Amino acid sequence: MFSLLQEAATTAAEHSEDAAELVSQHGETAAHEAEAAAHAAEGATGMPQLDFSTFPNQIFWLVVALGLLYWVLSRIALPRIAAVISDRQGAITGDLMAAEEFKRKAREAEAAYDKALADARSEAQKIVAANRAEIQKDLDAAIAHADAEIAARTAESEKRIAEIRDSAATDAREVARDVTAELVRSFGGSVDENALDKAVDSRIKGAVQ
Amino acid sequence: MATEAQGEEAGLAFHPMDQFLVKPLFGDGPVHWYTPTNVTLWLFIIVIAITALLVMGTRGRAIVPNRVQSIAELAYGMIHKMVEDVVGKDGLKYFPYIMTLFMFIVFANMLGLLPKAFTVTSHIAVTGVLAMAVFLSVTVLGFVKNGTHFLGLFWVTSAPLVLRPVLAIIEVISYFVRPVSHSIRLAGNMMAGHAVIKVFAGFAAIAVISPVSILAVTAMYGLEVLVAFIQAYVFTILTCVYLKDALHPGH
Repeated sequence: MFSLLQEAATTAAEHSEDAAELVSQHGETAAHEAEAAAHAAEGATGMPQLDFSTFPNQIFWLVVALGLLYWVLSRIALPRIAAVISDRQGAITGDLMAAEEFKRKAREAEAAYDKALADARSEAQKIVAANRAEIQKDLDAAIAHADAEIAARTAESEKRIAEIRDSAATDAREVARDVTAELVRSFGGSVDENALDKAVDSRIKGAVQ
Repeated sequence: MATEAQGEEAGLAFHPMDQFLVKPLFGDGPVHWYTPTNVTLWLFIIVIAITALLVMGTRGRAIVPNRVQSIAELAYGMIHKMVEDVVGKDGLKYFPYIMTLFMFIVFANMLGLLPKAFTVTSHIAVTGVLAMAVFLSVTVLGFVKNGTHFLGLFWVTSAPLVLRPVLAIIEVISYFVRPVSHSIRLAGNMMAGHAVIKVFAGFAAIAVISPVSILAVTAMYGLEVLVAFIQAYVFTILTCVYLKDALHPGH
């Protein structure tokens, strides 16, 4: 099958080559051009891939196209894409570093804030303690003052109570003497002042103490 | 003419290979080496399309890319990584060449799938030149970089001494078969897929079969889109593997 196709292709190729030669050599232009046209117009009889007469054409244009493409890619397209990709990589790296920097700053700011907060708290505590001490001092002073006053009042009261008690005792003694003297007198006795005093005193002493 | 007439008589016209014909763009003259043909047209459409994607698409040089620039960067990144992974850091010098190959093949394959398009990579002449270019440059590079040490590629030192000559013969044969398989794989895949689609499309002339035919063409088309990309990828990665062998011939 394959060999048959190849044979067909080679004969076709030879045929067209012959035609071209004849055209150039003898100038029997009309007849051979018609023949060539007929050959081109007819459908593919075998594999057009094995029609070697078209090989130089394909190879020539392929080399031209590939050369052009290689030039475009290596001079323009690929350096540009490489630059874009590396730019992007750079931008991403830069952004990441900036983000890292911002993160660090935020952390520092947080630390500073925490420190300020702690400072303020300790300061407040200090102030509270100072105030408390002051108040305590005032309070102590007030308490001492009040205590002193109370003591003074108490002393005064005690003195007055003592006075009252003394006067009461004296009064009681007087009354007791008078009553005793009167009793003795009414019983018809004579009142001995000294004996009366002694008796009343001893009785009162015993009663009181 | 004759086959066409016969086909029309039978009611079914199969011309699966007509799409591969190399025809002059202007007139019906013979195809000389310089004649602008449909091959020329499609080669330049490919070059313009790649330029549009990789040059126009990246015109903005945007840090945040738009869609076209994203695709361009994706292609760049994919091949760049492939070269780096397969060949190594020292292979990045040859990255523009490999990128050219990949972009050319993938665009040729994809644009060839457009209706009425001509698939340049379905021609053994085109893929043969691509494969021979890779083969020759890799071979020359291997000898230039490593001198005679490059021949160590064929002398498997890890094998027992008795086996080494046998292995060397096999290695040499496989080395020289490389450009053949490299080119025929690509051209064969492209040609077969397009021809099959054309045959299925030919069946659409029969009204009863036409729905099946359309379904089959659609399915084949989807498969061909996949094949178009995979073959470009395979061609490129094999180029990278060959390049690696040339730069580091030790197994």
